[in-house]
Amino acid sequence: MALTVDVVLEGIKEIVVEVAGIDAGIIAMDKKFTDDLDVDSLSMVEVVVAAEEKFGVKIPDEEVTKMATVGDAVNFIVANGK
Amino acid sequence: MSRRRVVVTGLGATTPLGGDVPTTWANLLAGKSGVRKLEDEWAQEASVTFAARVAVEPSEVMERVEMRRLDRSEQFALIAAREAWKDAGAPDVNKERLGVVIASGIGGVITLLDQYDILKTKGARMVSPHTVPMLMPNGPSANVGLELQAKAGVHTPVSACASGAEAAGYALEMIRNGRADIVVTGGVEAAIHALPMAGFASMKALSTRNDDPTKASRPYDKDRDGFVLGEGGGVLVFEELEHAKARGAKIYAEVMGQGLTSDGYHIAAPDPDGAGVTRAVKFALEDAGIPLSEIVHLNAHATSTPAGDVAEANALTNALGADISHVAVSATKSMTGHLLGGAGAIESIFCVLAMYHHKAPPTINIENLDDAVKVDVVRDVPRDLPAGSIACLNDSFGFGGHNVVLVFRSYEG
Repeated sequence: MALTVDVVLEGIKEIVVEVAGIDAGIIAMDKKFTDDLDVDSLSMVEVVVAAEEKFGVKIPDEEVTKMATVGDAVNFIVANGK
Repeated sequence: MSRRRVVVTGLGATTPLGGDVPTTWANLLAGKSGVRKLEDEWAQEASVTFAARVAVEPSEVMERVEMRRLDRSEQFALIAAREAWKDAGAPDVNKERLGVVIASGIGGVITLLDQYDILKTKGARMVSPHTVPMLMPNGPSANVGLELQAKAGVHTPVSACASGAEAAGYALEMIRNGRADIVVTGGVEAAIHALPMAGFASMKALSTRNDDPTKASRPYDKDRDGFVLGEGGGVLVFEELEHAKARGAKIYAEVMGQGLTSDGYHIAAPDPDGAGVTRAVKFALEDAGIPLSEIVHLNAHATSTPAGDVAEANALTNALGADISHVAVSATKSMTGHLLGGAGAIESIFCVLAMYHHKAPPTINIENLDDAVKVDVVRDVPRDLPAGSIACLNDSFGFGGHNVVLVFRSYEG
């Protein structure tokens, strides 16, 4: 399946629900991981590792530090995925 | 200036006898055993196939996401602390005057071993970023401190099976010396896993009564053959007396004193003379400053090992002399199993409730009392304690030769 924004957003939603127990309905492109979704720096590592597994994409640490919002993560994965 | 007095204003627990203090206490008085055959796959081929798991799994009272960031020992600490804090009336206290001292004997050993399995099978990248906060022995104390926003100090004394009692002693001193007005204290343990069980079994410390688990923990019985590993923990709210009175808190009992010594004898075996225990009892009674005639109850360490139970009983007799005759001794590990770092905490709760209700819990599974045991053991059914002002001792010992004795007294207002 092609890694479109919609596909990756759905995948990220599943991961954040698993890691942070957040209602999937509030997860959107503009939400901030830390402030809006209760994903702290440790849990962000879990999100990243799960996303790498799910989408077969490598997310370098320096990119992770720039990912403030869900949209930042989705756009990186869409741009760098196969 | 008179010394600041410390009272107990809240209790919480999750134990093999119940998911809270009232259920645990009711089952304790009823003489029920919390020991069961283990269902875990790894246990089926082990040399010891039973233990005392908590009666209520954390998943029944805790959210999934919260649980996955916490070691099982940390889950126990939060569950017990929430009950204790609510029981104390969730006091509105200056957070800089609020401390936490919760111990664990081993820490997050299950997390450590599970994550090691992941490291070996899936690689370093898949090791959880929560691993270190979950396995650190101060994790239970730290998580409770975070939840309550305690800022007077969060501590974790570690002394194996004396850890929970040592925590209570530390909490007592924090309030006495003016560092805090309220300290949430206790001990927890979550070590029912193949490796710790194999380690204890290899030491010949565990009972191997696989065909009759509920009869395996039998302190003072002639046929005792080792302790039964338990899990869970207990938390008590210690509070400065005037602070408690000012807010109209319910007061369960007064914390009177502590005595601490070490054996300098052997890494695991008790000193057969029990000299370190005798000295700890004497120090605790001096610290408490109460007449020996008031001591009417003792919650013994008595783990059901062949050597330990008699050494302890002899040491108590040496320490108390003729006054041992009016001390009703209860060995509650006969029902709860041995919670290691949680033992001193839940047994402190049992002491506090014994003072509050004037009732000593029973010791079960004594079919033939060991002739060498000269103390007055409360057997099979609870025993009423005298009316009026009464006091009791809780003694705890740990591998390494740690001896801790605590003194609690009924609070008469």
